[in-house]
Amino acid sequence: MPAKNDPPDLIKRVRRGEHAAASRALSLVVNEDAVADVLAKDFFKCSGVAQKLGVCGPPGAGKSTLLGRLIARYRAEKIKVGALMVDPSSSVSGGAFLGDRLRVMEHATDPGVFMRSLASRGMIGGLTHAIFGAIHVLEALGCRKILVETVGTGQDEVDIASVVDTVLCVTTPAMGDEIQAMKAGAMEIGDIFVVNKADLSGADRAVSALRGALGLGRSAGQEPQAWGPPVVATSASSGEGVAELAEGVEAHWRYLKDSGEGRARLKKQHAAELRFWMQRRMIQAALDRVSDKNLEDLLALRTDPASLGRKLMRAR
Amino acid sequence: MVRGEPIRVLIAKPGLDGHDRGAKVIVRALRDAGYEVIYTGIRQTPEMIAAAALQEDVAAVGLSLLSGAHMTLFPEVVKRLRKAGLKDVLVFGGGIIPEEDVSALKKAGVRAVFGPGTPLQSIVEYLNENLKVAR
Repeated sequence: MPAKNDPPDLIKRVRRGEHAAASRALSLVVNEDAVADVLAKDFFKCSGVAQKLGVCGPPGAGKSTLLGRLIARYRAEKIKVGALMVDPSSSVSGGAFLGDRLRVMEHATDPGVFMRSLASRGMIGGLTHAIFGAIHVLEALGCRKILVETVGTGQDEVDIASVVDTVLCVTTPAMGDEIQAMKAGAMEIGDIFVVNKADLSGADRAVSALRGALGLGRSAGQEPQAWGPPVVATSASSGEGVAELAEGVEAHWRYLKDSGEGRARLKKQHAAELRFWMQRRMIQAALDRVSDKNLEDLLALRTDPASLGRKLMRAR
Repeated sequence: MVRGEPIRVLIAKPGLDGHDRGAKVIVRALRDAGYEVIYTGIRQTPEMIAAAALQEDVAAVGLSLLSGAHMTLFPEVVKRLRKAGLKDVLVFGGGIIPEEDVSALKKAGVRAVFGPGTPLQSIVEYLNENLKVAR
């Protein structure tokens, strides 16, 4: 049956595992519909059970194909999987081409897999405003592994580290030398590093450059970390190395559960979700108050952006 | 921030033909018209297309086919969508489709058929009107 927008009914059906209901709930959450808060209140209770995996890295590194391979591994073990794939919205038209799904269509008809493409809708940093709400829908749906693929902005997409439990940083043999791997940003947030397209030449060198860069902290006298990020070479197109990657993901999940780190990360995620929510509501409320008259005042130099902004932020 | 969220459309290629330039041009035109467009890629079964439409919660599904199998595959996609409970999803099609097939396709639930040479703007306008774009 088509999913209606009646919250108690939707909640019941999402929790029962109905894809149609989850799909509709996702739309309501992502569109910040009036009933979204009612849904979120219930779905949040399911948070913290599933392992959330972030897949980040530059465009064309093979993130979506790799995600498809991981889904296949989990499905072989009958684990219910959810995937959220974010692609950029156009700053010109507001539209988007969501092309990640194309790489994972082999899982389209598997009832144990729920996949959804999301547009960034103006948010920078590789994610979308409603990412936490979307994750909670998949948690309520009963997914035990949830994969989040970022836009692929490259060096600076670090928000993902406060959204998921395990971050996979995907790169390729042609992505640069040790100097690139020493930079701050995405390189600091990876729990597992993946050199994808390992069938291309230069893969071994890329792996050792990454290992070298990751080891520099210790050489600089820092305490050894409780979790040393492994570097795994994969070929998403042939499937080579994916088993090793999946083992690394499991090892990280065990580490999170056995150490205090899992709880610390969940707390960090909740803090980020709260921050997203507050920023969104407060900024939106203030922006909604901007009138054409305000802009005319700026044009006529009757006021300035800071004074006007302060006034609009204070207004109720 | 513009209120009124973008409308989502799935563009799909059922069957075995691998020529998808036309589908990609439509994807591009709709993206530039403010739609969020999901593309399935080539060689999809009607079942896969219906599952993707369900999970993506799209308002419309556009089918592109050049092989001549539209009389079998288009109605089959409509059937699968309805079976999945997607009664309101607007199905439209395009490709090499002879004029004499159009009325049969419409009877089978394909709401609009756009043949070769259709200006992109008229496809966009058709969707704007029929998907109630409030902008």
